Amino acid sequence: MEDFAMPKIEKWIKRNTFHHSQFFDQLELLKQKEKTGLTVSLCIPTLNEEATIGKEIVIFRSELMERYPLVDEIAVIDSGSTDKTLEVASSFGADTYFAGDILPEQGHKRGKGENLWKAIHQLKGDIICYVDADIKNIHPRFCYGLVAPLLYREEISYVKAFYDRPLAFSQGVRPSGGGRVTEILVRPLFSLFYPELTGLVQPLSGEYAVRRHVLERLPFPIGYGVETSHIMDVYKEWGLEAFGQTDLDKRVHRNQETLSLGKMSFGILQSFLGRMQGMGMEGQLPEMHNILRQFQVNDQQYEQTKYNIVEEERPPMIEIPQYREKMGY
Amino acid sequence: MPDAINDLLAALPDLQERLSSKRELLLANAVMFSEIPSPTFDEAERARFMMDRLIEARCQSVATDEKGNAAGIWPGKKGDRNILVSAHLDSPFAKSVDHAISVSPNSITGPSIMDNSLGCAAVATLPTLFDQLDIQFDDNIVLLGSTRSMGRGDIEGMRFFLDNKCLSMRAGVICEGGTLGRLSYSSLGVIRGLIECSISRKASAGSLSSGGAIPVLNRLLTKIQEIPLPTDPVTQIILGSVDAGTTYNTPSRTAELRFEVRSEGSGIAAQVFEQIEDVVAETSSISGASIDLNIVAKRKNTSISFKHPLVKTGRRILKALEVEDHAAPSTGELSAMISREIPSLVIGLTQGENRHGNLETIEIDPIFTGLAQLITLLQAIDGGLCDAED
Repeated sequence: MEDFAMPKIEKWIKRNTFHHSQFFDQLELLKQKEKTGLTVSLCIPTLNEEATIGKEIVIFRSELMERYPLVDEIAVIDSGSTDKTLEVASSFGADTYFAGDILPEQGHKRGKGENLWKAIHQLKGDIICYVDADIKNIHPRFCYGLVAPLLYREEISYVKAFYDRPLAFSQGVRPSGGGRVTEILVRPLFSLFYPELTGLVQPLSGEYAVRRHVLERLPFPIGYGVETSHIMDVYKEWGLEAFGQTDLDKRVHRNQETLSLGKMSFGILQSFLGRMQGMGMEGQLPEMHNILRQFQVNDQQYEQTKYNIVEEERPPMIEIPQYREKMGY
Repeated sequence: MPDAINDLLAALPDLQERLSSKRELLLANAVMFSEIPSPTFDEAERARFMMDRLIEARCQSVATDEKGNAAGIWPGKKGDRNILVSAHLDSPFAKSVDHAISVSPNSITGPSIMDNSLGCAAVATLPTLFDQLDIQFDDNIVLLGSTRSMGRGDIEGMRFFLDNKCLSMRAGVICEGGTLGRLSYSSLGVIRGLIECSISRKASAGSLSSGGAIPVLNRLLTKIQEIPLPTDPVTQIILGSVDAGTTYNTPSRTAELRFEVRSEGSGIAAQVFEQIEDVVAETSSISGASIDLNIVAKRKNTSISFKHPLVKTGRRILKALEVEDHAAPSTGELSAMISREIPSLVIGLTQGENRHGNLETIEIDPIFTGLAQLITLLQAIDGGLCDAED
């Protein structure tokens, strides 16, 4: 079967894939930001990250606010940490928020997606850059490498990070080294149903920068499915050209256990299949269940553990009355 | 002149506060220096980072040299004279060690953060602080990250820089992360040695060496510890590290000892080293083992007077900051500077603990006292308050 998608993917990869070193000159980047008149918010979603948050805030504040004011605000949005995450972040000058205090009329749900969604209401930037808090080798490139394509290329709206170099572009060889869930679940799914999206090296990476006018129109799964559903929704609404991706080199973070990855995969599948339904691609798919079953060993006995994983979803922010009022819509 | 120093001392509280407001600039640099592995002889990446920072801050003549030093000049208003501010770039941690740093509200922890990432950060951040806080000098401030300081490096980077520099230095300040209050104006006579024992496969049964290299080294250690040492001037033999053998049930074929002889007295380290040479020769002869003794680093006793205006001013600044001064003699770059007639001091920037351990830790708040000390000392030198009368 002829592969019609491939030339388009290759063209997109060539045009819309960047390396952070292209934007090393932050003074130039700052000039470009001033030229566009855009403002940038950096959002760090957290839950019990006291071990790494201090270093992230110190480095981002120094490099992206004090030296080169590329970022207009740094905010930590927390799901309800029981450690000193917010105290540490605040002591180094970050704005800190408990997600439950933002848009209280909309209630509070625990999950990373909730923090990201509420950030749209709380933060001021025309661009919001999301960076996870568990990065051991944090560096300002984790922010400027993602924001820069949005400053230079108006047609790009959503820039994802990736961390492993592709083996080759020219022969259509797929990049190596997405995470385990990407390689085992997401890439095969995209390959089956959305081949153009396989050009994204790491669709699940937790670091991305997005224009507000796109973010406010996206629904937000509050759990594991947020990255996958974003990609599918942006693709449906704005097409492949709206995406960019930046190679940020090495990212050191804590490794997740296989069981945790199973839970993540389950949530992603719910979001993925839900969106297929929304796009009329479900065919004869069976009814989806919310129970994930895994096994654990207890004194040589194998026990089945059940997780009820429901991918709740927030509506697009633009539909929220308080937000519309705030933004004057 | 008394008015000038009093004005500087009176400005210290305000300077501390202004420096605290720029806290993240310094801390971020300290973290980033720390996370770049920089074992002695392999400091290129840290040197590159130092130069990037100096270039970004618009220093002039930013460059490296044959020994990998990183240097730049923050130009003074007149630029007639030069003051050297340096920090060594190398650390005792191998590249394979996890160099991740953690930052808490009061402290920073991780390999090399105290010795000497904080010192490097101070040097690299100074021009940005001068710029942002509008601190001006008549003299040029020459900023240097020196290489090959520790262990076998034998302060080779600083020696090379001083022997090949184009500018003459009016005075020098060497920045170390710890400990705040340190004011080194003298350097110890130091000889670092490496003893390598190796055992022939044909060692005769019943001889000392038939048990392997470790018993031979043990004999050496015992004999070295029997060498009488003067207590005044203070003289020490530091037995730094031992490396021998591979497993439980095989006599080791080789054994190594790294040690340092240090003394406050001129020429005494060399005398003690001669006695160690005798011990080595005797033990080699008795045991039949092959024992090599090599000098890997050597430096002379040097000092400026306790009454030198630079020392006096350094002490006055610390007193004004309510920090107790302590005159720990240096075993580092100070020797090279004073022996080339550059009046110099080593200062510490903060408190800390676990030096040279994986949990090396510095306290954050005292850093701004340490930085205020450094900048005020530079202003005093610049203002002619630290010049010795001819």
